Amino acid sequence: MLLGKVSLTPALCTALRISPAFSGIQKQIGAAATQNARLYASSQAAEAVLDKQAVGTTTATKAATAKKAQSVESQSFAVNMFKGQINPSQVFPFPSVMNEEQTQFLQELVPPVSKFFEEVNDPAKNDSLEKVEDSTMESLKEMGAFGLQVPQDLGGVGLTNTQYARLVEIVGQHDLGVGITLGAHQSIGFKGILLVGSPAQKEKYLPKLATGETLAAFCLTEPASGSDAASIKTLATLSPCGKHYILNGGKIWISNGGLAEIFTVFAKMPMMDEKTGQMKDKITAFIVERSFGGVTHGPPEKKMGIKASNTAEVYFENVPVPIENVLGEVGGGFKVAMAILNNGRFGMAAALSGTMKGVITQAVDHAANRVQFGSKIHTYGAIQEKLARMTMLQYVTESMAYMISGNMDSGSKDYHIEAAISKIFASEAAWEVTDECIQVMGGMGFMKDAGKHLKSLQKALKNPLGNAGLLAGEITKRAKRTAGLSTGLTLQGSVHPELSHSGNLAVKAIEHFGVTVEDMLLKYGKNILHEQFVLKRVADSAIDLYAMVVVLSRASRSLSQGHASAQHEKILCETWCIEAYDRIMKNVKDLKSSSTTQVFKNMKAISAAVVENGGIVAPHPLGF
Amino acid sequence: MSRVLVGVKRVIDYAVKIRVKPDHSGVVTDGVKHSMNPFCEIAVEEAVKLKEKKFIKEVVAVSCGPTQVTETIRTALAMGCDRGIHVEVSGKDYEAMGPLQISKIFAALAKKEEASLVILGKQAIDDDCNQTGQMTAALLDWPQGTFASEVTIDGEKVKVVREIDGGLETIKISMPAVLTADLRLNTPRYATLPNIMKAKKKKIANMKPADLGVDEPPTRLAGVKVETVDDLVAKLKANGTI
Repeated sequence: MLLGKVSLTPALCTALRISPAFSGIQKQIGAAATQNARLYASSQAAEAVLDKQAVGTTTATKAATAKKAQSVESQSFAVNMFKGQINPSQVFPFPSVMNEEQTQFLQELVPPVSKFFEEVNDPAKNDSLEKVEDSTMESLKEMGAFGLQVPQDLGGVGLTNTQYARLVEIVGQHDLGVGITLGAHQSIGFKGILLVGSPAQKEKYLPKLATGETLAAFCLTEPASGSDAASIKTLATLSPCGKHYILNGGKIWISNGGLAEIFTVFAKMPMMDEKTGQMKDKITAFIVERSFGGVTHGPPEKKMGIKASNTAEVYFENVPVPIENVLGEVGGGFKVAMAILNNGRFGMAAALSGTMKGVITQAVDHAANRVQFGSKIHTYGAIQEKLARMTMLQYVTESMAYMISGNMDSGSKDYHIEAAISKIFASEAAWEVTDECIQVMGGMGFMKDAGKHLKSLQKALKNPLGNAGLLAGEITKRAKRTAGLSTGLTLQGSVHPELSHSGNLAVKAIEHFGVTVEDMLLKYGKNILHEQFVLKRVADSAIDLYAMVVVLSRASRSLSQGHASAQHEKILCETWCIEAYDRIMKNVKDLKSSSTTQVFKNMKAISAAVVENGGIVAPHPLGF
Repeated sequence: MSRVLVGVKRVIDYAVKIRVKPDHSGVVTDGVKHSMNPFCEIAVEEAVKLKEKKFIKEVVAVSCGPTQVTETIRTALAMGCDRGIHVEVSGKDYEAMGPLQISKIFAALAKKEEASLVILGKQAIDDDCNQTGQMTAALLDWPQGTFASEVTIDGEKVKVVREIDGGLETIKISMPAVLTADLRLNTPRYATLPNIMKAKKKKIANMKPADLGVDEPPTRLAGVKVETVDDLVAKLKANGTI
């Protein structure tokens, strides 16, 4: 019996030559909190490969007797990719989810929002004041920018995820400081109320939040709890009268911390575990009003970028929170936090695709006009390579953003890996694109007045948190596939014929990727979660693979619809796929090679030495 | 004092780099960003301001052209106009249309809607004609306050400060009248998202020029080049122009 409930196509079975000798091997896979988005993505996907117990919210140290839950057939492309399978339902064709009315409405919204950011908002001023100008904040509130996804009957604009993405793209194109102020407020700050709030909570809080009369902030991180969010120490205890929870603790790095009136706060509560009869700490989410008393905040943190966004510490001292203000279930706070972050994450890809668009325009403008050695610099190969890479990175990010928002709007609940991929990809791409733009522009690129975003790009959203659930399940060995064996996997019929070569690269990459994942799981078993050198390469490959498929989908659509830009997009797509395929194959090869294993060992040793020495170890070449 | 008619024209956005079509028959308009003529925005803003100050009850936004002009009417509605009128003209007729045609349509509408004021932008940024306001007033035999940089309602009269070559001129005209907006008349408001949402519920009526008794635009005749001024004068005398 293979991988429990994973469905296997007959072709797959034949190709894998499942051998009965390998069946029945079972291993328990223990989960551990993962360190960052990359690892989160790969470990989350690793879960999917194995039968898993229903993901719990407790920190995982138990290896409970496996209660094998039915693993639901996942529609997520990424999840299936880790199994070496193709489920094209969410990626082909490229989603087109808006009806005529929604499209028309969005088309009307784009010009005034663009105009506002071009003419009224002053990013340089906001940056030097280290706050968004008061008049700009007022105008943004009047404009309705603070309640874009709040339903219309509660005073908001009622946008879908795709519509929201399109507007956030404009903000990202002009001023990420404003982008974070808006995002911290609505993308995460009060998103919990939208997602899991009771009707009474929604009616009470959303109208004022939508108009910006009150601002919101998301309070999870603490000095000792960043990636390891489940370890937070802020405490909520039920008051003797039973009508309030008393909140005590401190949160750090809170965007809008100094401005907000409404806080979504996560705190631990000791609760009786029914099964064991023991008291356990569980996390609960609360809606906390500053007006409850006991809520204070620190001065604005001095940041290197997005200075206009307010970041501050927030302290809760004996804050009485009415029991009606529990958000979601008592003890279910971790799930609420995950839901909020998963739901808002695609916004980063959308905003940053706008940022890159703006930055590329600057670079192109410079390259098209600057003359050196008698020619415009855009005629030189080095510049051309930079511009081409920047363009591809923007194309991929934009494609991811709208594919995911399209999936979400179609009702998918299965998009979390893709959202995580899009967030890392967008952040890293945006840094690279901006850096390359500075390079293209030469000295001017480094000047504040060059109108660049410079270091104001930040990975603004928290890194997603380690899943604290248990992985339990079976893994069986599969016969290794030799290269060249057909698995029956194909993207034919999904990908436009003109892109079939790139489509084949994607299929081959998926096949190799799937084998590599299994090999790694076989080799390391449950300890894979500690093998971050390996996980990083697996995650990088996953990201590259999803990126390939996303651009294949988008370019296929442009070709089928006969867009004027279709041939250009075809080139973008093919070039991306060739390079991504090479990177994936290199990662696959590295993971099999013993010299890479040696490299990992060496890096570990180097790191240990440097840590022990408190700095570099080798003495100065000059001897002093 | 009840109703104001505001004309809004959909033009290529001022920030766009204009490109000439390969066959030199015109400029590229397909896929190019269009928006409301900036002077029309100022006209709408003035009308909405008058309504907010309670001098008038209703502002009606009017545009002539193909289906796309409804976007421009919607922007006017989002800025505060109460309803819209879309006079449908498309294809070759639209390309041949000029100020004379438009002003006939506006004159007919002003009478039909019993407007007290017709406010237009002083000129459009695509053709820069600066004729429609003046022609409309002439067809209606109404007073005109053109190049307005300040408008004040004073009972049954309108005080208009006009920007002219020599400086500023202040006139007082009776209503009903035609005004054309100049740059410094006001700063148009930004359409807010809630207002755009409200605008979706406002009505836009559809009609054709024929419904207003206005005929097809005449086919444009080819021009003739002449060598000298004397030739020009002779030709003009010959066809009865002078």
